[in-house]
Amino acid sequence: MTQHIETALIHAGVRDGFANKKGAVNVPMYLSSTFHQESIDEFGEYDYARSGNPTRDALEKAIAELEGGVRGHAFASGIAAVTATLMLLSQGDHIVITEDVYGGTYRFVTKVLPRFGITHTFVDFTDLAAIEAAITPATKLLFLETPSNPTLGITDIRGVVALAKQYNCLTFLDNTFMTPLHQRPLELGVDVVIHSATKFLSGHSDIIAGLTVTADEQLGNDLYFIQNSFGNILGVQDSFTLLQNMKTTDVRFSRSSESAQKIAEFLDADPLVEQVYYPGLASHPGYDIHHSQCTSSGAVLSFRLPTYEKAKALVEAMKIPVFAVSLGGVESILSYPAKMSHASMEPEERAKRGITEGLLRFSVGLEHVDDLIADFAQALVIAAKA
Amino acid sequence: MTNNRSIETKLVQLGNLSDPSTGAVNPPIYLSTAYKHTGIGESTGFDYTRTKNPTRAILEAGIADLEGGDAGFACSSGMAAIQLVLSLFKPGEELIVPDDLYGGTYRLFNFFKETYNIKPVYSKFESVEQVESLINENTRAIFIETPTNPLMQEFDLATYAELAHKHNAWLIVDNTFYTPYFQRPIEIGADIVLHSATKYIGGHNDVLAGLVVSKGAELSERIGFIHNGSGMVLGAMDSWLLIRGLKTMHLRLKQHDANAKAIAAYLEQEELVTDVLYTGQGGMLSFRLQKAEWVDAFLRNMKLITFAESLGGVESFITYPATQTHADMPYEERVERGVCDRLLRFSVGIEEAEDLIADLQQVFDTLRKEA
Repeated sequence: MTQHIETALIHAGVRDGFANKKGAVNVPMYLSSTFHQESIDEFGEYDYARSGNPTRDALEKAIAELEGGVRGHAFASGIAAVTATLMLLSQGDHIVITEDVYGGTYRFVTKVLPRFGITHTFVDFTDLAAIEAAITPATKLLFLETPSNPTLGITDIRGVVALAKQYNCLTFLDNTFMTPLHQRPLELGVDVVIHSATKFLSGHSDIIAGLTVTADEQLGNDLYFIQNSFGNILGVQDSFTLLQNMKTTDVRFSRSSESAQKIAEFLDADPLVEQVYYPGLASHPGYDIHHSQCTSSGAVLSFRLPTYEKAKALVEAMKIPVFAVSLGGVESILSYPAKMSHASMEPEERAKRGITEGLLRFSVGLEHVDDLIADFAQALVIAAKA
Repeated sequence: MTNNRSIETKLVQLGNLSDPSTGAVNPPIYLSTAYKHTGIGESTGFDYTRTKNPTRAILEAGIADLEGGDAGFACSSGMAAIQLVLSLFKPGEELIVPDDLYGGTYRLFNFFKETYNIKPVYSKFESVEQVESLINENTRAIFIETPTNPLMQEFDLATYAELAHKHNAWLIVDNTFYTPYFQRPIEIGADIVLHSATKYIGGHNDVLAGLVVSKGAELSERIGFIHNGSGMVLGAMDSWLLIRGLKTMHLRLKQHDANAKAIAAYLEQEELVTDVLYTGQGGMLSFRLQKAEWVDAFLRNMKLITFAESLGGVESFITYPATQTHADMPYEERVERGVCDRLLRFSVGIEEAEDLIADLQQVFDTLRKEA
């Protein structure tokens, strides 16, 4: 019996194994760094908690099931998940990567990977021809993020996968904004899915975590080797918290994305707002592609005000949202990408990507949407005068 | 086999090899409220976490073993443990209790007296005869803290166990100050031992918990019924923290004990101190300053030692019983019991003793200058 993902969210953590021995409805937290072995020549499933821990295992199996993949791995942060997957590359390899990528990924690709002789080319991933043009004989990986952060650019996943197959490259996709509920990259042929689980999967602005899922066993083993050798694993308490929080991902995401649609429409109608970036708006250039590969428009939107002064005035006038980095929490979070998520990007690079001084990103939480819209309405009046 | 092991080994090994399916050296934390039944009338032994939780069960079996009792019960606080024990009594029944006891216990006893007519009968416990003279047909227990809080009086448990049993009553002992490392009351006749496990058992000033250990199947069953029925149970996370605390309890207590001995000796020779109340064992002591008006300056001038309520943690705490632990006791009664306004209680931590003494030294030097 194939279950809906909404059902799997609730049950995937306790499908098998130890939890059922006592019948516990939740996986126990194994705060044990080491495991007793019964015999000198036959080790049990667990020996040392970096290499494997029953609680983390339950999480890794759950995310693999949710993404429809073969193997899951849990990491200490979203960026630890990104960097672990990039360590699958070797000296001399080349990456073609979306220019609209998260600032932390950008920093690692531009500052760290070159030291290992791994080169990169940033490309506008909404343009398949540009991607193909950037592919060289050394290219081993196409790295996608869709929708992208913070300008919600949409990449045609099927198109990129076709290119990758043609040129014998791997594809990695950061699925943080959509979650496995609404975008199923492995089913579209992607090789590795990456999550900053800190965001919608955990959803309570409480833990830092990263998850990956591989489409095949070999990549899973290779990534396990990196995870175990680097030791960038997720701790037990965070693994447990994440498993618990994932159970409400669907209800949280559904409510937040419903509200996001209304807020995007409201902002779109406001004369002060120059542009709204949200794939739920028919005017979004990636609207058709997005809805051909996703079942939700998501819960994050960005919008552009004319000036830094107006953005600053709006931020200071907003009463409900937290003004902070990060996204995907129960509370709405307003961010200023130029100085937050993309601060590690050079100003000219930011400008190229549309991350202007007037750009704000809004992660829609679970507050009542009318309260959020009223808050925007009053803040926009103040910003208009600034 | 385990019963032949020394307490140090039992402490360290608590929970090890409890999970053969993984071999986990530390028991897992079961944050699961409910447990699946395979069929009607078929249980894994766990149904609902208030009734029994796998993590809490390890702690409860552990403390029962350490105290030499038959069953252990983990509660949400030390006071919850006392409430659990007091729930054994019926209206009209009496407990004989030494005058000196923790203020929170005193407050709860008063509540039980006023609300349920379950009466504490206070006594100075000057002699067995004097205590026996208070026993009547309603007496159901002798309830003792030993050493007492904060006056550090010790009682001969074997004698009072014999007295209680002669009159068909229980001896209940609050073993918070000594822990089973220094004193195992059930082995010398007590029926119930209780702990504020917040103190030496947790040991890190991080978790609030109480433990009860009982002797005998019938008594254990009665306590278990109330523990589940009233639900003052300890959570799985906190149970795990206590298990972890127990693994170093013997090392901590050795250091608490050595430090307290050094500090007691130091205070004995300090002229601004009139009395040092120390049993010669454990990490708790009390002392009286010459003048009550020095107390405020004393507490304000401490640089290393923390002025705080509670005890038994790795950090040194000095408490002012008059306004903290015994704030709920009427003034006359408090002074009559010896908890005067010059009394300070010292929970000696496991810092280097020389540093603690240096801190006391500079406080006394300041007092001398100001005096």
